[in-house]
Amino acid sequence: MTTTNIENMQVIYQHPEALLNTTTHYCPGCTHGVAHRLVAEVIDEMNLRQNSIGVASVGCSVFTYNYFDFDFVEAPHGRAPAMATGIKRVHPDRIVLTYQGDGDMISIGTGEITHAAARGENITVIFINNANYGMTGGQMAPTTLPGQKTTSSPKGRDIEQAGYPIRASEMLATLDGAGYIARRSLHDPKNIRLAKKAIRTAFEIQVRGLGFSMVELLSTCPTNWHLSPVDATHWLEENMIPYYPLGDYKVHPALKDLKF
Amino acid sequence: MARELWKGNEAIAEAAVRAGLQAYFGYPITPQTEALEYLSWRMPELGRAFLQAESELGAINMVYGAACAGARTMTSTSSPGTSLMMEGLSYIAGTEVPMVLVDVVRGGPGLGNIAPAQGDYNQIVRGGGHGDYHPIVFAPSGIQETVDTVYEMFDIADKYRTIGIVMVDGSIGQMMEPAEMPPMKEVRKEWPAWSTSGMEGKRDRNVLTSIYLDPKEQEMTNLRMMKNWQIIEKNEIRFKEYFMEDAKFAVVGFGSAGRVALSAVRAARAAGIPVGLFRPISLSPFPKKQIFELSQKLQGLFVVEMNSGMMLDDVLLSSQGRVPVEFYGRMGGIMPFPDEILREIKRLHSEGWQAEGHPRDRWLAKLERIIEEE
Amino acid sequence: MPLTGTIVVDENLCKACELCIVNCPVQVIALDNEHITPRGFHPAHLFKEGCTGCGTCAVVCPEAAITVYREKRAEKESNA
Repeated sequence: MTTTNIENMQVIYQHPEALLNTTTHYCPGCTHGVAHRLVAEVIDEMNLRQNSIGVASVGCSVFTYNYFDFDFVEAPHGRAPAMATGIKRVHPDRIVLTYQGDGDMISIGTGEITHAAARGENITVIFINNANYGMTGGQMAPTTLPGQKTTSSPKGRDIEQAGYPIRASEMLATLDGAGYIARRSLHDPKNIRLAKKAIRTAFEIQVRGLGFSMVELLSTCPTNWHLSPVDATHWLEENMIPYYPLGDYKVHPALKDLKF
Repeated sequence: MARELWKGNEAIAEAAVRAGLQAYFGYPITPQTEALEYLSWRMPELGRAFLQAESELGAINMVYGAACAGARTMTSTSSPGTSLMMEGLSYIAGTEVPMVLVDVVRGGPGLGNIAPAQGDYNQIVRGGGHGDYHPIVFAPSGIQETVDTVYEMFDIADKYRTIGIVMVDGSIGQMMEPAEMPPMKEVRKEWPAWSTSGMEGKRDRNVLTSIYLDPKEQEMTNLRMMKNWQIIEKNEIRFKEYFMEDAKFAVVGFGSAGRVALSAVRAARAAGIPVGLFRPISLSPFPKKQIFELSQKLQGLFVVEMNSGMMLDDVLLSSQGRVPVEFYGRMGGIMPFPDEILREIKRLHSEGWQAEGHPRDRWLAKLERIIEEE
Repeated sequence: MPLTGTIVVDENLCKACELCIVNCPVQVIALDNEHITPRGFHPAHLFKEGCTGCGTCAVVCPEAAITVYREKRAEKESNA
């Protein structure tokens, strides 16, 4: 135990205000927590909390509204972008975000997310990609990798039977209504810092009304991958990043002139 | 305000606008598409929100979002679209936020056709979506009554924080009749205290959800909703009666079936037959007490619908076996003519009522021959 | 000479995932096996001197459990 006196020190980091000071139901080491933290930090830095409305989805994310200290609603599975659309069309001056997992957004929710992006809805989507259906116990998701074992692909995802994963960022980036679509990862400090910048960019896009913004965050699922939290970060780096390359897939031209 | 000629779907749309509709989300489906098209220019003209969604699934969820955010909001659709909305309706009910749905019913099941029908009764009146909830369902007849019902439904939905459904059929959506529009209400400027409209530094956060993982909490929610429902049952029963004071038996029909039945009843009265018409407008809550009272004093109840006998079951339940019940219906988008109903009225008057067997079976036994002879 | 720092780990939030431990550049964090939190975890804690207050642990922490402190540079210089 160190005995350093904190009274003469400055605070470098503390719990974000936009995040309620409560324990979460996420598994130890699950990077949902990191994603929540980053979103809360950005909302604090941009002073958006009093004007924000969040849309929780179905998955491990279903209790997101227990963790953020601003107005929140709960959407049916996959429908968050439609609910967000309803909210934003009624309150165009509010900051509206959805927080969705891969099963929610790009399986059952494919229609809703596609059209929200196509319409250029000025909402921000935080998309958590952990290559399985976490909350229901680790089934195959549209993002499950070829050969990856899950509880509904016990011998590994068979391309012949189940087809190929979906790269959501690339797919949605083809839509003109998208203002910013980026994929980042949460597996190590450097990438987490880059992820925060991307989330910041996404909210800046919304604030300026420059279209639909989404940040896909490659995330770990230690419990359903049957790995320790630390090993899960390695598995992500070795297996997910080659299939889901990090990068900016849609960048609104106005972004190059923006400073923040 | 003057009476003007209105097409049903457009009258529905304008009535909603007058009621202070702030956000409309819909999808094209015959025979209600004119409502969407009308609002596509009328709402922006007034600076209000309009969006054609990617599907009915998208539309109902946009309504869900707007309702949570505190806006007066509605969608309109037809039978196949209503089925798609059932998930959303269940969530909206479980979250206890208000909204209005207009269902313009067509022939079914499945893709069916675009002709008028009443086959959504079971789906709509029982809630339709999963779980314990009861929407308010009114079934008006004719365009003026539909206008008045849509106009009022927003206040009713807000009052009880519940789903208000106006169920009409394709003929009401498509017909043109003179109607007078109610006065334009101002759109609300303050957001309800419970809504997720953004804290704006004025209050603590609001969370609106339909999930209650702890069964005890869920049951408390269900209990709260049921108590609310009991108040609705007491206050929101609606019906109209025609020629009932001295009637010996009554036709029971709603919506356009009720309207056609009225023609038949008028003709029967002209022929000296002591028949009346009881036309429920509120299907949910159902006028159980009124039907029960009728079952105490009448010789029989003759239910007429444009389906295979759905309100029939509620009439049988409410009359509790105290009176013979007869049924006549047309399905698949066919509308009955007054003559068909008059023929049955005359038969009941001269031959009397049967207590044995089920009215649906008796009806089906003769329907084929009736269709052949058409 | 790097500045001195320290961390305070909220034991109500820490789930002992060890991400802070493996990512700490000066390897001064470990699980406190002498202590169990109310939630049943051995929480992370500084087990030796050397924390520079870089904040990397807080960057990786999924629970926002870590508050990071660092000496103020002006103070340090005035003491030199």
